[in-house]
Amino acid sequence: MAGIFVYAETKEGEFRKATGEILSRCRGVADATGEPLVAVVVGPAPEDAPRRLAPFGADLVLHVEGPGLEVYTSQGYAWAVTSCLAGRQPAALFFGNTPLARDLAPRVAERMDAALHADCTGLAWEDGRFVFTRPLYGGKLLARAVSRPGHPVLATFRPNSLGVAEVAATSPAYERVQVEVPAGSVASVVKETIRQVAGRVSLQEAEIIVSGGRGVGGPEGFRVIEELADVLGAAVGASRAAVDAGWISYDHQVGQTGKAVSPNLYIACGISGAIQHLAGMSSARCIVAINKDPDAYIFKVADYGIVGDLFQVVPALTAELREMLVRA
Amino acid sequence: MRIVVCAKQVPDTEARVTVGKDGRSIDETGITFIINPYDEFALEEGLRIKERLGGQATVTMVCVGPPRAEEALRTGLAMGADAAVHVWDDSLAGADAAALALVLQAAVTQLGFDLILCGRVAIDDASAQVGLRLAERLGLPHANAVTKLEVQGSKLVAHREVEGGVEVVELPLPAVVTAQKGLNEPRYPTIPAIMKARRREIGRPGLAGLGLDAGKVADACRSEVLSLAPAPARKGGRLVAGEPQEAARTLAHLLREEAKVL
Ligand SMILES: Cc1cc2nc3c(=O)[nH]c(=O)nc-3n(C[C@H](O)[C@H](O)[C@H](O)COP(=O)(O)OP(=O)(O)OC[C@H]3O[C@@H](n4cnc5c(N)ncnc54)[C@H](O)[C@@H]3O)c2cc1C
Ligand SMILES: Nc1ncnc2c1ncn2[C@@H]1O[C@H](COP(=O)(O)O)[C@@H](O)[C@H]1O
Repeated sequence: MAGIFVYAETKEGEFRKATGEILSRCRGVADATGEPLVAVVVGPAPEDAPRRLAPFGADLVLHVEGPGLEVYTSQGYAWAVTSCLAGRQPAALFFGNTPLARDLAPRVAERMDAALHADCTGLAWEDGRFVFTRPLYGGKLLARAVSRPGHPVLATFRPNSLGVAEVAATSPAYERVQVEVPAGSVASVVKETIRQVAGRVSLQEAEIIVSGGRGVGGPEGFRVIEELADVLGAAVGASRAAVDAGWISYDHQVGQTGKAVSPNLYIACGISGAIQHLAGMSSARCIVAINKDPDAYIFKVADYGIVGDLFQVVPALTAELREMLVRA
Repeated sequence: MRIVVCAKQVPDTEARVTVGKDGRSIDETGITFIINPYDEFALEEGLRIKERLGGQATVTMVCVGPPRAEEALRTGLAMGADAAVHVWDDSLAGADAAALALVLQAAVTQLGFDLILCGRVAIDDASAQVGLRLAERLGLPHANAVTKLEVQGSKLVAHREVEGGVEVVELPLPAVVTAQKGLNEPRYPTIPAIMKARRREIGRPGLAGLGLDAGKVADACRSEVLSLAPAPARKGGRLVAGEPQEAARTLAHLLREEAKVL
């Protein structure tokens, strides 16, 4: 066994949040086992990658680059990751549970003949093996699972769920690996990428999410939600009712058939708290509900609630928080 | 064009799911099962492609699952699938994604295919990997989380959801495509179609018919569930009373001082 590898994904030149969370959480295991802790970066990467990953305790930054890796393709990147790790006998390879990783990791797992524990919310080291916690059945149950011995251990972790562990900073070594994706091994061609509104925080990485449901009444109703989100630097979420009504796009949907999120704070406005919605957000650390119906189920799971009209309560909260955060 | 749709049967999203006696699987008593919603999108897309090709296609549904899963296949037939294949053996009970990919590979290879449609994710295990593992095993390209799909001769043009936007990809057939919400609105089967689907033949190759056996399935499994437990229940907290301004002020302070989330 030679290393705990963490796929260090970047977005707009920055390492993803989960990268630091996973690295720092694995530092202790690396110390206990003597395995090096390695960040793997594929394709374009920030020049100062080692410096940026030092606070999370990485021993080595392995940068895989070369023709065919300028833009992400699942086949090209899966080939690059596996061929670079092939001679190194990795003990583990972990990813943040981002849309890219969900496209990449299953192929890598298949190529490495390994299990992939997907969208984990917990990681433990017990009796010399990694034990993963995964929400199943829309978060109704939690499974503890392991990989069979004799194969690398692969997993993706939901951002925010591990949190960053306090570790001593390291000065990671930097190794660049030049590869060339074999001609003909990538069959799909990216023709175009249509960007939607940029700048907003990703829903799954956000520490705070403000969500609107049917109670916002229409697309304009999301204005008050966005204003609160802006003050908090939060992402905007939605219930399926709001998405299906066409008030906001599907990538905002939280729930069993949307995104599963684990923010520190989840503010549900005009959302009744259907079981399928709870499936996506009940692992939030703190839940706030704003709903005019005192009997709404959401109050049964919320840490704090205000019974009232969201069009009065949300702007009042926005004003209050704006003042409070400016003062701070 | 031969289209194969891989579909799983999963507990209804409303179902109360509890842990079974073995502590590692669920107690299925009283649970209603449905076709995984994303697989319904996949099936609907297969049917629409066939319609757009003027019927010059076959849509075959494949499901690996216990006897109850036959119901999902009957629903698929009633929606318009041309054929259905049901694979089961008791040794498949604990099969993980790696083993399922092996079984599906054998099934689709036996059927022959030009396009394989899967769901992006099964909402029970939320593992979102069987379709992509299958693509890798078959040495095929895939398009994941697809919201729009067009067949242009021997290639596909797919719009797929990526972070912060949509990516348009072109890929040659044969290929694997996984369906994301937004791809289409699945049709409801008509009552006569449901009646007719009851009498249709369903293919049951069995593991042996696919060149597999219990040992090969067990060998292919790469993960193991140690235990399953209910998620810790959340308790309702505190209602903040008062006029909107006052309540908002109190809440803001609670979030900062008590919950420490701001
Ligand atoms: C297979 C399946 C999958 C599903 N997946 C998801 C999913 O992923 N995510 C999801 O969210 N849902 C999902 N659903 C739908 C889910 O069952 C609910 O229908 C949905 O969550 C309801 O959304 P809502 O709470 O916004 O609307 P409603 O249930 O209609 O609730 C609206 C709430 O707003 C309140 N309200 C109205 N006006 C105001 C106001 N002015 N001020 C304050 N409060 C107000 C009302 O009191 C009410 O409680 C799924 C359903 C199925 C069958
Ligand atoms: N038992 C099964 N039978 C047929 N198809 C399956 C099965 N399990 C998973 N799939 C397919 O793989 C997709 C992803 O499943 P999963 O990896 O379990 O989230 C599903 O949407 C189905 O299309």
